[in-house]
Amino acid sequence: MRRVVITGAGTLNPLGEDVSASFAAMQAGHCAIGPLTCRDVERLSVQIGAEVRGFDPEAHFARNTLTLLDRFSQFALVSARQAMGQAGLDLSADAALRAGVILGTAGGGNTTVDDNYRTVYEEGKNRVHPFVVPRLMHNAATSHLAMEFGLKGPSFTVSTACASANHAMGQAAQLIRGGVADIMLTGGSEAMLCFGGIKAWEGLRVMSRDTCRPFSKDRSGMVQGEGAAVFVFEELDHARARGAEILAEVAGFGMSSDAGDIVMPDLDGPVRAMRAALADAGLAPQDIGYVNAHGTGTAANDRVEARALRAVLGDHLDRVPVSSTKSMHGHLIGATSAVELLAGVMALRDGIIAPTVNFTEADPEIALDPVPNTAREARVDAVMSNAFAFGGLNAVLILKRYT
Amino acid sequence: MGLDIRQEMDVVAERVIAIIAEQAMLEPEDITQDSQLAELGIDSLGVVECIFGIEEAFGITVPFNANTPDQPGFDISSVGAIIAEVEKLVARRAA
Repeated sequence: MRRVVITGAGTLNPLGEDVSASFAAMQAGHCAIGPLTCRDVERLSVQIGAEVRGFDPEAHFARNTLTLLDRFSQFALVSARQAMGQAGLDLSADAALRAGVILGTAGGGNTTVDDNYRTVYEEGKNRVHPFVVPRLMHNAATSHLAMEFGLKGPSFTVSTACASANHAMGQAAQLIRGGVADIMLTGGSEAMLCFGGIKAWEGLRVMSRDTCRPFSKDRSGMVQGEGAAVFVFEELDHARARGAEILAEVAGFGMSSDAGDIVMPDLDGPVRAMRAALADAGLAPQDIGYVNAHGTGTAANDRVEARALRAVLGDHLDRVPVSSTKSMHGHLIGATSAVELLAGVMALRDGIIAPTVNFTEADPEIALDPVPNTAREARVDAVMSNAFAFGGLNAVLILKRYT
Repeated sequence: MGLDIRQEMDVVAERVIAIIAEQAMLEPEDITQDSQLAELGIDSLGVVECIFGIEEAFGITVPFNANTPDQPGFDISSVGAIIAEVEKLVARRAA
């Protein structure tokens, strides 16, 4: 079977403007959650989030390009440039036909939608900028990546709420395995920290007003973040033939649908997704050395996820660290599992487990080791990264050390 | 009165050229009445953005359809032609 490896990684997220800065922040247990700065923030009841701060789009894009780029496309492009730079790919015309892009996003060009609804509804104007549609469409970031790097193979965007990036990366891996492509740029991007984007989440009453403390007994909900992470997935022989540095192997992918409730988490769906990923990777539960949890910090998710992990890993759960890096970078919604996969790469390559910060007190209903507050050294050979979306759509990726 | 309109028309030309120059990332003095948008490096998306800029600047609605750019509704064959069309629309708005 064709194997899939990661040969490049890039990110722009609340923890850092590249992979090494993000690793350093995770190792330091830095929490990037702070006061929101969006327009009309005083009308929001939730006024905290994990923003990408200090990002200057004009330092990365020419002005005439920038008019076509929603913030989520900007994040994706900046991340992809880093990933492609690390991979060092120099694609021939033929190779470009077998290279594509699959990104996940939940909100797409949400900021563009927000800005232009203001224009027509609040300001009462009858004219909008001509590029509203090419900016707001969910596939904008995917298309800009394909255009920038000349990738002409299978390319599309996946939108499955909080599991978008995992679904995207799983699809990318399967296309390579199935022989449809040799190289895929994949990951996720999200930029929903605008008034309308936050106000919509407020409505669900699942957001914390202080901070994100997954698995902690006093957890008070999720906190939104923004940003992107993009990886170069490559067929193993292709990567070896050109002497590429291999960061990790994409070993398994599992999906399931709860077919239950539109927002309440389910036990059976996540269990089936995790088992499917293990089976796909040809691994046993005891092979998993670290779990990056979905861990949103809501009362319901964390309780149900802990039970699902117990069902899948059994007694091994007593020995495996399980952390939620959302406590540091927030919930990047459709991009979150891409940024979280970085924690998996860090565990495999650097032997450091990212912590769950803001943790104050164990919850008797959550019997797992959340790596509270402080990063930990551990030799890890395989990691599992969970994403369980609203709508009951679950996607689980397993990475392993490439040997 | 006539003088006022004359001056307003000069302003129209100046502002249209400024909008086109910005789109082409050129200086206004690099643009002449005979310049064509394509030779200034303005592609079809750029044309639409120019039209938007003109509408915003003058508070007019330009009858431009990207599917039929050659139709006589709004002549974009040269910078001079565009200025003439905008002048007509501005005069109609003022009337």
